[in-house]
Amino acid sequence: MKRRNFLGKVALGTMSGIIGSEIVFGASIPMDYLPIALQENDPFKMFSKDGEMVVLNDKPWNMEAKAHLLDDKITPNKSMFIRNNGLIPEKIDVQNWSLTIDGESVKQNKTYSLAELKTKFKRYTYQLTLECGGNGRSEFDPPAKGNQWTIGAVSCASWTGIRLKDVLADVGIKEDAIYIGYHGTDLHLTRDPKKEPISRGVPMYKALMDETLLAFQMNGKEIPLAHGYPLRLVAGGWPASVSGKWINRISVRNKEHDGEKMTGSSYRVPRNPVAPGEVVKESDMVIIESMPVKSLITFPKSGAMLNLGTKLNIRGHAWAGELEVAKVMYSIDFGATWRNCQLQSPANRLAWQHFSAGILFPKKGYYEVWAKAMDSRGTAQPMLVPGWNPKGYLNNACHRIAVKVL
Amino acid sequence: MNESQKNSPKKERRKRLLIRGFLMMVVLLSVFFYYYDESGLSLSNTSDNEVEYFDIEEDTERIEKGIHLRTGFVDAVGMQEVINNCTNCHSAKLVTQNRMSKEGWIATIRWMQKTQNLWDLGDNESIIVDYLAEHYGPINKGRREGLKNIDWYTLK
Repeated sequence: MKRRNFLGKVALGTMSGIIGSEIVFGASIPMDYLPIALQENDPFKMFSKDGEMVVLNDKPWNMEAKAHLLDDKITPNKSMFIRNNGLIPEKIDVQNWSLTIDGESVKQNKTYSLAELKTKFKRYTYQLTLECGGNGRSEFDPPAKGNQWTIGAVSCASWTGIRLKDVLADVGIKEDAIYIGYHGTDLHLTRDPKKEPISRGVPMYKALMDETLLAFQMNGKEIPLAHGYPLRLVAGGWPASVSGKWINRISVRNKEHDGEKMTGSSYRVPRNPVAPGEVVKESDMVIIESMPVKSLITFPKSGAMLNLGTKLNIRGHAWAGELEVAKVMYSIDFGATWRNCQLQSPANRLAWQHFSAGILFPKKGYYEVWAKAMDSRGTAQPMLVPGWNPKGYLNNACHRIAVKVL
Repeated sequence: MNESQKNSPKKERRKRLLIRGFLMMVVLLSVFFYYYDESGLSLSNTSDNEVEYFDIEEDTERIEKGIHLRTGFVDAVGMQEVINNCTNCHSAKLVTQNRMSKEGWIATIRWMQKTQNLWDLGDNESIIVDYLAEHYGPINKGRREGLKNIDWYTLK
């Protein structure tokens, strides 16, 4: 044990020598990750992820969870999905990190140091559900291009930071403000410095919500590097791509933000429903805002075998974008009959809600337990894959697990 | 697990030498890895099996059961062109996890040429597109697939 610790330290010291620059945030580097320049090829170690997480892509890094890894009420780093459009920043100079607020609709540009942001504004903590717009893409037919997420690109961690609206009020916003757009320090895959990998945003009403944070902590600790250290915009309930990572600039725009992945067909769906495979003009695609109602059975793991007469206690989470989940049901007969689950209220707005149920099976055999959530407006999850769209977004079909009763 | 107290100066010196030698080795290995690491081995794993390090270059282009192990590509005509042209900016995994028709792959190439600095593929384009459409063409899934690969276990 001792020997290993000692070796670890030697390796870090040695590596900073090799990189030829000091590890700038060495003093504050959380113990469980190394600077990206040290990149080991083992992403599970590099990002401190559970060994059962699934790597979809390693350049850029994209990883997702499996349902049973998301059983915690508050998602720990080890089972939080990673979605990157570009390369994770290679150097984070946290001492000199700043955030500039600019754009057509600010009264004047203003730059804050990270320390200033942390001390000048009141801190808030919220549990916020972040789901990738493309979560579930792998089920669309014909297939949609991109990372083939199954069900694991969702998380609900506890985020601590300051309200974006407090910062914007301090800067002063003109009346013509329509949208904000973020800018981060991640690199485009081509390493072309003129290209941004992603620069998305939200309309002002979302930017000014109480729960829209400039976060510097996740689950009570520094945000892990892969999740946006040292500063992340967190806007729960919307496609997670609006929650920009490694933020150093926010532009207040007098029009819809036109940054990378805001235009064309990115994070957009057809204005009107289309047939599977239909070609849709870009002008007929609209930006995704709130995510749809959805749920996951996180216990037991699919494939459970139990004896007849044993009660199966299932549990999981449900979320509904900007809305609250009103009801979660389960079915063991492929939707012929549904029973209600117990459902908890959210810890705060935009947090996922926990459900549970005890199930007694009538006879031996193969079953699937399906869960279906309904939002506060009465819209429920479909059992089939919902409306096809060219980029494969918003698949909120019911989750199900296999069970055998012996 | 306290150190024993009867360390003679001789033993002490030998111990220091050993540590120094070991340190040197760590430095050398680190340098080696920084420049050559393609292997998936990781530094923090390395304390107990240093000897294996030097085997890592072993045949990274190996093909097993028709799959090119380093990239995961199906071994067939066109694979080398795909590796050469399609894995500079992004991972092979972005290709292998996708399924597209010939038209879809061509459209993706055009998009990359327009926005992602992809070069003109010249004569290689048809080789690449044919390879992709044949080995990474769409599979019909219908409106919802059945559960597959269920890992059965006894729930306690």
